[in-house]
Amino acid sequence: MKALKKPRVRREACSLMLKGISASPKIAIGKVFVYEKELKFERRTIDEKEVDNELKRLDNAIAKSKSELAELRDETAKKIGEKEAKIFEAHLLMLDDPALITEVKKRIRSTINAEAAVDEVVESFVAMFDQMEDQYMKERAIDVQDVGERIIRNLLGKEFGSLADLREQVVVIADNLTPSDTARMDKAKVVGFATNTGGVTSHVAIIAREYGIPAVVGLGDVTKHVKSGDLVIVDGSSGTVIVRPDEETISRYRGLMTDLERQRKELEKLRELPAVTLDGRKIEIAANIGGPEEVATALANGAEGVGLLRTEFLYHGRSSLPTEEDQFTAYKTIAEKMGERPVIVRTLDIGGDKPPPYLEMPKELNPFLGWRAIRISLDLTDIFKTQLKAILRAGVHGNLKIMFPMISSVDEVRKAKKILEDAKKELLEKGVFFRKDVDVGIMVEIPSAAVIADSLAEEVDFFSIGTNDLTQYTLAVDRTNEKISHLFDELHPAVLRLIRNVIDASHVKGIWTGMCGEMAGNPLATPILLGLGLDEFSMSSMSIPEVKRIIMSASVAETRDLAKKALDLPTAEDVRKLSKEFLRKKTKL
Amino acid sequence: MKHLSEIKQTVRLLNKVGLHARPAAMFVQTANTFKSEIMVEKQGKEVDAKSILGILSLAVECNDEVTIKANGEDAENAIRKLVDLVNSKFGEE
Repeated sequence: MKALKKPRVRREACSLMLKGISASPKIAIGKVFVYEKELKFERRTIDEKEVDNELKRLDNAIAKSKSELAELRDETAKKIGEKEAKIFEAHLLMLDDPALITEVKKRIRSTINAEAAVDEVVESFVAMFDQMEDQYMKERAIDVQDVGERIIRNLLGKEFGSLADLREQVVVIADNLTPSDTARMDKAKVVGFATNTGGVTSHVAIIAREYGIPAVVGLGDVTKHVKSGDLVIVDGSSGTVIVRPDEETISRYRGLMTDLERQRKELEKLRELPAVTLDGRKIEIAANIGGPEEVATALANGAEGVGLLRTEFLYHGRSSLPTEEDQFTAYKTIAEKMGERPVIVRTLDIGGDKPPPYLEMPKELNPFLGWRAIRISLDLTDIFKTQLKAILRAGVHGNLKIMFPMISSVDEVRKAKKILEDAKKELLEKGVFFRKDVDVGIMVEIPSAAVIADSLAEEVDFFSIGTNDLTQYTLAVDRTNEKISHLFDELHPAVLRLIRNVIDASHVKGIWTGMCGEMAGNPLATPILLGLGLDEFSMSSMSIPEVKRIIMSASVAETRDLAKKALDLPTAEDVRKLSKEFLRKKTKL
Repeated sequence: MKHLSEIKQTVRLLNKVGLHARPAAMFVQTANTFKSEIMVEKQGKEVDAKSILGILSLAVECNDEVTIKANGEDAENAIRKLVDLVNSKFGEE
């Protein structure tokens, strides 16, 4: 039977949202420039008589490549710095490296054309680098590729790519960008980057952060969905790229950009000041981060600690589990960068909605109610223990705390703590240094945990309320479901009452409560949370200045009254109105 | 030329990111200034110290130990210079 032909929607006309890895923060809106290297060549068998000529072509291409690289090196040393120029020294050395050149010549002598010979040898090195464990080493594949492309381009007699003479401001979209691609790029004309491949340590990510250009990497196939001239939004903070956005989206992002700029100016004034209320209560302001590279932004925005370090960056984007050493190095880097300031490390929080390729996770009907986070850790104790050991060891280098996600019962906390004790014992037996008195806390993000907060408080040193999940589970709203996402509301009185219960229970038992969900960065919630007695606010770095400003302009006494009123209101809308009114008065004062 | 006796020394890499592209380049450039045959060994795998791809293929990470071996008239000097370079963390930190 013939299937009915569906009307085909032209993909190109539609707006499209792509998720990638956030590599450099801020937002860019601009025209796309698709950067293609277009090095098309054939592999062919050559005549024996051609071999000499082919070898000569190779020598010429290498000589040309060398002079290009020497120029690039000098230019980079002058414009950026000696250290950055070193990468081209490495490329130059590769052009002299017998491991590469002798092998290429050998293949030419066995009657293969020069382009294919270079390509084959380079690919064999790329394959070797790809197999390496260390993420940084892995990405060195791009250096060999870069050198190979340069030789081939010169063999083909092509001129250098066109990133050097961009005519207007553009968002550069490419499969990947190498040091050679970006060295001559006119940075003043580039407002954003989006690439198919790469991670936070890839070349384009580093360059983007250096120049403060928003970038999203690891998008998979963004180049397939755009053509030069398309309008695109690159949101480097959330790792999102929106292709051909509609008017409404554009104006929303323009608004966000204006906000960011205003915040940036404001934070310059607020950064150094502690968050103290008018009546003298000191509030801890912390940042949520997803990797070492986000520490600088957190500190620049005035964070006094990290209230949530998501550790999933260590598990995603690789083909095998991270080793204890991999993790130790990452935690240590963050601990050292933060110094005395506290860093709360949340243990693995993954689930069936986004499983890493090396973990076999059954497909679940309802992954958000399924095998995830601490539930996985308590089953796969080896993986859990490896992570705990790495955190304990890195604890020596700073002020790390451990936090377990998705706790729903006292039993789970006890089991997790037992495994933590086992990890300590094993480290002790091996004679490895580690921090013995590391604080242990839990995320309160399941309603059952909020309800029995008094019992849980007996087990831990602190709570951190995860409002995104707490709201989702309390209201039974999947906020990724567009049909019902309007029902998702963290100011719902039910959520507020649970929060009050958690904070009160913790204070009765003498421990503190923080918050690391998005609500902690929502200005409308700030006065209410302050009034409920929240001790620590942890949020995305960008939200810090605004929340800090509100805290500094209010007193605990007046917000306590406000919170009391808010919790007795029947609807979220009423709460919102009350809070808006309060903030309006405050900003007028 | 007849082989002179081989000299070797084991060092531990202390710079944070190991022997990645930039330090590897410095290492190879230094090795290139000597006439001696110089090899680097890590866990039984041996490569030419004058080949940057060889050095990179060792995937030397922070805290790894490597043995530098030199054979030739300036072997002693070569070992000393290369060991110094490693111990100076390649001037990175």
